[in-house]
Amino acid sequence: MSAVIHTQGLEKTYAGKKVVLELDLEVRQGEIFGFLGPNGAGKTTTILMLLGLTEPSNGTVRVLDMDPARNPLEVKRQVGYLPENMGFYPDLTARQNLRYVAELNGIYGNEADRRIHDTLNQVGLEDAGDRHVQGFSRGMQQRLGIAELLLKDPGLIILDEPTLGLDPDGIRGMIELIRQLRDERGLSVLLSSHLLHQVQQICDRVGILNEGTMVACGSMNELINQKTAEGARLESLEDIYMHYFHSAPAARRL
Amino acid sequence: MWTIFRKELADHFSSSRFLIMLCLIAMVTLIITYMAGINLREELSGGSKPGSAFLMLFTTSGRFFSLSQFITFFGPLLGIIMGFDAINGERSKGTLPKLLSQPIYRDAIINGKFLAGVAVIAILFTSLILLIAGLGLLTVGAIPGINEVARLIIYLLVSIAYVAFWLGLSIVFSILFRSVATSALAGVALWIFLAFFTGFCSSLIADAVAPVDNQKNTQQVIANREVKHKISLISPVNLYTDATSTLLNPYRKTSKSFALLGPMERISMNRFQNPLPLGQSLLVVVPYLTTLLSLTVICFGAAYICFLRQEIRST
Repeated sequence: MSAVIHTQGLEKTYAGKKVVLELDLEVRQGEIFGFLGPNGAGKTTTILMLLGLTEPSNGTVRVLDMDPARNPLEVKRQVGYLPENMGFYPDLTARQNLRYVAELNGIYGNEADRRIHDTLNQVGLEDAGDRHVQGFSRGMQQRLGIAELLLKDPGLIILDEPTLGLDPDGIRGMIELIRQLRDERGLSVLLSSHLLHQVQQICDRVGILNEGTMVACGSMNELINQKTAEGARLESLEDIYMHYFHSAPAARRL
Repeated sequence: MWTIFRKELADHFSSSRFLIMLCLIAMVTLIITYMAGINLREELSGGSKPGSAFLMLFTTSGRFFSLSQFITFFGPLLGIIMGFDAINGERSKGTLPKLLSQPIYRDAIINGKFLAGVAVIAILFTSLILLIAGLGLLTVGAIPGINEVARLIIYLLVSIAYVAFWLGLSIVFSILFRSVATSALAGVALWIFLAFFTGFCSSLIADAVAPVDNQKNTQQVIANREVKHKISLISPVNLYTDATSTLLNPYRKTSKSFALLGPMERISMNRFQNPLPLGQSLLVVVPYLTTLLSLTVICFGAAYICFLRQEIRST
C-alpha cells in the first residue's frame, strides 16, 4: 500500500519553542489513522503543516505525492480538512454554505447542485438542507462540516477532533459515518481524537504524539498486547495511552 | 476571488448594518439637499443663475452642513463599518480555517472583501449623487452642463477613493486585532483623531516650528500657515476636503485658504471672477488625489502583508 501522507524529520518552531520535533508520520492509502496525544502535543500544528497552512521549520512533507509548502493549492484541492470548531455562516442555509465552498473549489452550476445533493444525503442532512445553520445542533454542524469536505471529492480527509462536544449518540453516528466513508469511497482518513475507545474501534493504525514527538506508532495489533518494561500487559488503547502519559495508575489497575 | 467577491457583496446588501447606514445616509442627504435647494433658490432668485448653480447644491450648507461636508464626515464611518470585522469576524465565526483550507490563494480573501466593499460604496455614492441631481433639478431648476457633470464624476471617484482608504484601514485593524470590538474602536478612534485633532496638533507644531511674534509680520504669519497646512495634510480627511472643495467650486483657484493671499492677489481674484476651467481645477486636485490613493494602497499593502504572515491557528 502506498503512503498518502509521508513526513520525515518534520519540525516546527514557534517563538523559539519546538512544537513538533523530528516527526516521522506515515498514513497509507485507504486506512484510518488515529492521531492521538494530549492537548498541546502538536497535533494541530502537524495538520496545518500537512495542508501547507504553516511552513515547516525543518524536514520534508509529502501529501498525495505533493509538497504542501510548494504546491498548497493542489493539496488543498484534494485534501479535505475539518478544523477543530468548524464554523459556518449562520445566516445562510446549509445548502448555501455548501454552495459557497463548492464555488471556492471551482465547482459551479448543475454539477454543484448534484454534489450538494449527494453529500447531504451521505451525511444524513437531506431534510435540513434549506434550514439556516443558526439552528443546527452541534452534531448536525459536524455532519455539515463533513459534507463540505466531501464536496471536493477528496482522496484524503483530515479530521481534527470531529467528535468534540457531541453527545454519545452523535459520537457513534460520526464514527459510523467515518467508517462508511472509508469503506464506500476508499478515503484515507487522518483522525485526531481523544476518544480512545472509539479510535480503537475504527482505526487501522494509531500514532501517539507527546510534546511534538511520536512516542508510539503502529497497527492496533502491534500496539495492543505489548508488554511494558515492568512486564504489565497493555490490553487496550487506553492502557497504552495511559502508559505513556500517566503510567502509574494504568499499571496499578492491571 | 470572484466567488468571495460575490458572497461578500450579497452579505453587505442583506446585512441590517448596511440597511441602517443606507437609511441614515439617504435621509440626511435628502434633507440637506432639499434645504440647500430652497436656500439656493431664494438666494439666486432675481439675478441670472451663475454657471455652476448646479454644483452649489453640493456645497451650499442648509441649516446644518453641506452635502460635501456630510460625506467628508460620515464617509470614514461608512468605510469602518463595512470593514471592521472583515477578517476577525470570520475568525470568531470559525470560518477562517475553513476558507484557508480551500484551494484559493490567501490574498484572494482580502482582495475579494476589499473589492466588494468598494463596489458597495460605488453603488451607494452613485445612486446618492443621481438622487441629489434629480432633486436639484426639481428645486433649483438648474441644468448641469458637461463641465459640471465631469466635475461631479471626478468628485464621485475621489469620494470612493476616500472611503476606500477607510475601508482598507479598517481591514488592517480587523487583521491586527483578534476582537471585533477592538478593531471597530481602533478604527473609530483613528477617525476621530484624524478628523478633529490633527487641526489642533498642526497648529501646535506650527507654532513651535514657525512662531509668530507679531501678527503684522506677514512673512511669519505665512510661514506659520504653510507649516500648519502641510501638517494637517497628514490627515486624509483634510486631503479630501481640500481636493473636493476645489473640484466642486470652480471659483476656487487654489487649495490655500483665502486668508493666505496677499492684497494684490485678493484684488485680482475679485476682479477676475471667472470659473476655473475643469482642466485647471484638476491640476490643483491631482496632488491630493495621488496622496489619497497612495494612502489607500499603503493600507491595502499593509493588510496584505499582515495577513500573509499571520498564523491561522484558531487557539
